[in-house]
Amino acid sequence: MILEYFMLFLLFLMLGLAIYAVETKDLLASVVAAGFVSLVASIVYLYLQAPDVAMTEAAIGAGLTTLIFIIAIRKTERYEK
Amino acid sequence: MRKWLAIIFLIVLGFFMAKITSSFPFGEEKWGVSRHYVDKGIEENRGSNLVTSIVVNYRGFDTLGEVTVLFLAATALAFLLSTCRCRRRYERREASLIVKTASETLYPLLILFGAYIFIHGHLTPGGGFQGGTVIASAVMLMLLAHFTFHPNHRALSTVEGLAGITFVLIGFAGLIWGGSFLANNIIPLGQWNRLFSAGVIPLIYVAVGFKVGSELSGLITDMIKTTKEE
Repeated sequence: MILEYFMLFLLFLMLGLAIYAVETKDLLASVVAAGFVSLVASIVYLYLQAPDVAMTEAAIGAGLTTLIFIIAIRKTERYEK
Repeated sequence: MRKWLAIIFLIVLGFFMAKITSSFPFGEEKWGVSRHYVDKGIEENRGSNLVTSIVVNYRGFDTLGEVTVLFLAATALAFLLSTCRCRRRYERREASLIVKTASETLYPLLILFGAYIFIHGHLTPGGGFQGGTVIASAVMLMLLAHFTFHPNHRALSTVEGLAGITFVLIGFAGLIWGGSFLANNIIPLGQWNRLFSAGVIPLIYVAVGFKVGSELSGLITDMIKTTKEE
C-alpha cells in the first residue's frame, strides 16, 4: 500500500517536472527537468516489472537525450526569448 | 485562443485514450500468442530473459527494422551536417582537472559495463540497444571532457556496417539451414541459464550492441565536432 502511494507521488512528480520543463525560460533547466521525467519514468517501469524498458528509458531518455540537448544549447542560446 | 483549443483537444483525446485503455485487461490471463511465448518460450529458445527471446527471435524481423530505422536516422543527420556550411573544429576550452580525471577513470568501466549488458542480453535485463547506448554515453563523456579526443570515424563506420551485415547473415543462415528467417535451430541451444546458451540470440544481440554503440558514437562525434562557420 505504501508503495502504491509512493508510485502516485512519482507520477505527480513527473507531471510537475514536465510542466516545469515546458514553462521555464531557462532551456538548460528545462532539459534537466525533462531528463528527470525520464529517470522517474524508469523507476515506475521498474515497479511495473519491466526492467528492460526501465534500462532503455534510463540510458536513452535520461542519459543520451539530455546530453544531446545540452550540446544543442551550447551551440545556440541558453535562454528562451 | 489557440492555446485553449489545444487544451480542449488534449482533454478530448485523453478522455478517449483512457476509455480505450481501460477496456484492456492488464496483467490478467494471457491467451493466444502471448500464452505460447510464456509457456514455450524458454523451452524453444533456452534464454532466461524471455523479453530478449521475444525481441530477438520471435519478433526478430521487427528488431531488424528498428536497427534499420536507427541507421537511416544517423545517415540523415550526417547528410544534414555535411550540407550546411560548417567546419570541423578541434581546439576548445579545456575542462577542469576533476572532470578530466573522473572521465578517464569512468571511460573503460562504462565500456565494460555496456559490453556486459549486451553479452548477457539473454540472461539478464537489457541487451544490444541498452548496452550500445551505455557505450555511446561513455564516448560522449570523453568527448565533453577532452577536446583532443576524437574517435576514428572510419573504424566506427566499418564496425557498424559489419555488425549490420552479421545480423542479416545470421537471419539468412536461419533461412537456409533452419527453415525460416532468423530461425533459432542452426546451432545447439545449450543449457538454460548459461552464458553459452539460447542459440543465435546472444550472437545477434552482440551484433546489435556493436552496431548501436558505434552508430551513436559516430553520430555524437559528428554533432560535437561540427560548428557553424562564423
